Amino acid sequence: MLRFFLSRIGQTLTVLFTVSVIIFALMRMIPGDPVLMVLGDDFTQEAYERLRAKLGFDRSVVTQYLIWLQAILRGDFGDSYLNHERVSRLVWDAFLPTLSLVVASMLVGILVAVPSGIVAAMRKDSAWDWGSMGFAIFVYSMPSFWKGIVLIWIFSVHLRWFPAVGYVHPWESFWEGTWRLVLPAITLGTFFSGLVARIIRSSLLEVLDQDYIKAARARGVRRAALVYRHALANALIPVVTVIGLQFGTLLGGAVLTETVFGIPGMGRLTVAAILNRDYAIVQGAILVGVFAVVVVNLAVDLTYAFLNPRIRVA
Amino acid sequence: MTPRETEERHGFPGALRAPGGVGGHVGAPHEKVLEVRDLVVEFSSEDGPLRAVDSMSFTVGRGEIVGLVGESGAGKTLTSEAILGLIRRPPGRVSGEVRFRGQNLLALDEPALARIRGKDIAMIFQNPGASLNPVFRVGDQLVEAMALHLGEDRGALRRRAGELLTRVGIPSATTRVRDYPHQFSGGMAQRVMIGMGVACTPALLIADEPTTALDVTIQAQVLSLIRRLARELGMAVLLVSHDLGIVSQMCHRVLVMYAGRLVEEASIATVFRAPAHPYTRALIACLPGLDQGDRLGAIPGVMPGLRALPAGCRFHPRCSLAEPRCATDEPALRPAGAGQLAACHLVGA
Amino acid sequence: MARPLDAEVLPAQAPAAAGAPAGVGTARRWWRRFARNRGAVFGLGVFLAVVVMALFANVLAPYDPVAQGVGPANEPPSWEHWAGTDSFGRDMLSRIIYGARIALVVGVVAVLLAMVIGVSLGLVAGYYGGKVDALIMRVMDGLFAFPIIILAIAMMAVMGFGVKNVIIAVGVGFIAPFARVTRADVLAVKEEPYIEAARLAGVSGPAIIARHVLPNVLAPIIVQAALRVSGAIITESGLSFLGLGPPPPTPVWGSMIAEGRNFIVMAPHISTIPGIALMVTIVGLNLLGDGLRDTLDPRLRR
Repeated sequence: MLRFFLSRIGQTLTVLFTVSVIIFALMRMIPGDPVLMVLGDDFTQEAYERLRAKLGFDRSVVTQYLIWLQAILRGDFGDSYLNHERVSRLVWDAFLPTLSLVVASMLVGILVAVPSGIVAAMRKDSAWDWGSMGFAIFVYSMPSFWKGIVLIWIFSVHLRWFPAVGYVHPWESFWEGTWRLVLPAITLGTFFSGLVARIIRSSLLEVLDQDYIKAARARGVRRAALVYRHALANALIPVVTVIGLQFGTLLGGAVLTETVFGIPGMGRLTVAAILNRDYAIVQGAILVGVFAVVVVNLAVDLTYAFLNPRIRVA
Repeated sequence: MTPRETEERHGFPGALRAPGGVGGHVGAPHEKVLEVRDLVVEFSSEDGPLRAVDSMSFTVGRGEIVGLVGESGAGKTLTSEAILGLIRRPPGRVSGEVRFRGQNLLALDEPALARIRGKDIAMIFQNPGASLNPVFRVGDQLVEAMALHLGEDRGALRRRAGELLTRVGIPSATTRVRDYPHQFSGGMAQRVMIGMGVACTPALLIADEPTTALDVTIQAQVLSLIRRLARELGMAVLLVSHDLGIVSQMCHRVLVMYAGRLVEEASIATVFRAPAHPYTRALIACLPGLDQGDRLGAIPGVMPGLRALPAGCRFHPRCSLAEPRCATDEPALRPAGAGQLAACHLVGA
Repeated sequence: MARPLDAEVLPAQAPAAAGAPAGVGTARRWWRRFARNRGAVFGLGVFLAVVVMALFANVLAPYDPVAQGVGPANEPPSWEHWAGTDSFGRDMLSRIIYGARIALVVGVVAVLLAMVIGVSLGLVAGYYGGKVDALIMRVMDGLFAFPIIILAIAMMAVMGFGVKNVIIAVGVGFIAPFARVTRADVLAVKEEPYIEAARLAGVSGPAIIARHVLPNVLAPIIVQAALRVSGAIITESGLSFLGLGPPPPTPVWGSMIAEGRNFIVMAPHISTIPGIALMVTIVGLNLLGDGLRDTLDPRLRR
């Protein structure tokens, strides 16, 4: 277990290093002089040289990367080119709404996926199976941004049950915040549920085919205990991994969903920054987003190891 | 299910006892624990129904060890799984009769079968490592197996679990109950399975290739464990194996299957002294150390698939004694000697 | 979905069933298995429809997709404009038909691009192993950590707008999955005796890769490609929806949905109709991909 733990942390650090290099390289590939971008239109040659030296652009690429990395590790993502606010502050403020959308969507997705996946597997090839798998592929294939618009059209414009746009932190005003999250979470969560339901179904079917299920049945274990105790305990272990791997997809989906629902999250921040050519924000937002994905993947892998006795008790 | 008028006449004292009766090892000495009659297992397929087990009939007596041999694909495993109602339907279809102490198991519903499985009839499988649930501790699985059928409290069962493991020869059993299946070797896992199987002192143990996945040295230990427990508990055993050598060491009687059909039934002594069916003879010829001694025989050709069963006797394309009628008429099972049956035109001719 | 007889239960009958001659028989057998999957057939139909729309857009479209004022603005579907008109009075149906062209081109070309690069990297990494493998796969791990849409957004930020850049931005996100799948299969194939034999016979590394390794790992790669096209189209639509796709007035489904958002109360058809086109395409491609996976790559079958 400890060895697994350490090796996974080592892998995670490697991935984070590679990610940082990729982002650094991408930022260097942006056409135009980054010094000019910071200075704006009005500057002296002396000011230009001074900033160039300060930002380290007169040194080798490796040194530049190290300077850059050092700043990042201190949590210093620089200032917005446009309004000179701290990027770390802006990104953090935008990250919280996105995170609460992702978590709410996961909850919705799991609540829908677990029962429908189990029913589909247990009644394989029945109307239940076809129905829930058809629904799964349907919601999975619906682009989240379009689904959001349709939901707004039905539930906000016509029925007036939910507000169309806007966001409040659920931890500041629970009911208000939760209410406003319902439509966005359904939008993104149903996509997630489609994916997870399909995986639960196939994982459960695979486990139900295993020898130990037949052996348990031969010992007189009843069908309910067979499925809910023996089979699910095994079938849900890989599902945990999938949920973790899909955190990234969910984060990507959140970027689109929050644009539809006017949630002031990472997506809106990034897109606005791109259109304004405010690359310090773009870089900070992408760094934080990918960093979150990598850390969640690590956490999920460790959970997987903990759930799986073959790794936990080695 | 084929209803039979003769059903009543075959009743015996055992049939009168409640099927759930504990132990059940009292009765006439030649009491039949298991009577299988005209068992058919079919599967639906794209090319129509495929008959994987065809009209199997045999019995297993109290305390008797019966071997069921044949090549892989002959239908041995399906026969044994059909007895316990383990074949998934659909796509499978099972008909005939499986009488356990007089009660037709094929007529029971799933909850009634579940009460019999593991309690009165236990089964162990070919791959012991895969037969234990990998996410539960071995002790918990033993406790579960007992709790299903015995009305004792968990604490007592927990102690019994340790005792059972000791009984099947697992060292330091009291600590091993807390281990997970992957921490057991194949041989040790099969001992656990056997312990779990005999936990409720069943009247019949079905052992499906119990040693095929094990090393040769371990094989002998596991087999002698089964034999010992069968004697101690007065338990009947149906030993499924492709290895006639193992069957010859273990069993009182042997059933030989070929392409879904029973082709010979005889006591062990008879089978080796005077095998009646050419297939049985060929199997014996393949055993090392018997017959020709240095030359290991092999039966020419392969067993036909279910989609391409030959007309007449299913063995005739590989049979060195085949006559013209063997290709057209299917031979019925008929007496070939004292307590010996064989399905061959040449028997008694 | 009759899968009654596992090889395990009845090994003897398997060779008899597989005894049919290869070639035409195999193709027919394959088609029969594929055709039994109704979802996959539906998916194939959708895919062909999108291809026809893309190829013959100039014939099929009743109006010029970028011409403004061909009808009144924000008009709901009518006989003149089957899918209505947008806020500039452009014909929606024509824009949707031309939009299929962008969706298909971006989806297919991006996946092909990713496939060529990813498979090459995977072949090299898997076959040569060692430091080359470590270097390539660490970079792939890094790329893989990026959610695809976020990587595409980052790429668009760097490269600027335009169809060509959208293709690259979308394609980059799919390189790592191809590299991983290919490498895993190469590692398995590499152990086969015929590879060892070729190596002992003095065949060079690249020749072995091209002639012996690649053909044996192709089936799962094709399945991957089929499954990824829908993802690429969704990513492209997402970019377009965010306003990072091909610039206006290019008829793109994602941008059309985004434009209609402002008129959701008075003219909901502007958002919903291109969305239906997009959704049907994605459902179709996903069903087609699943069907191909089930028939081409039995290992993944369920």
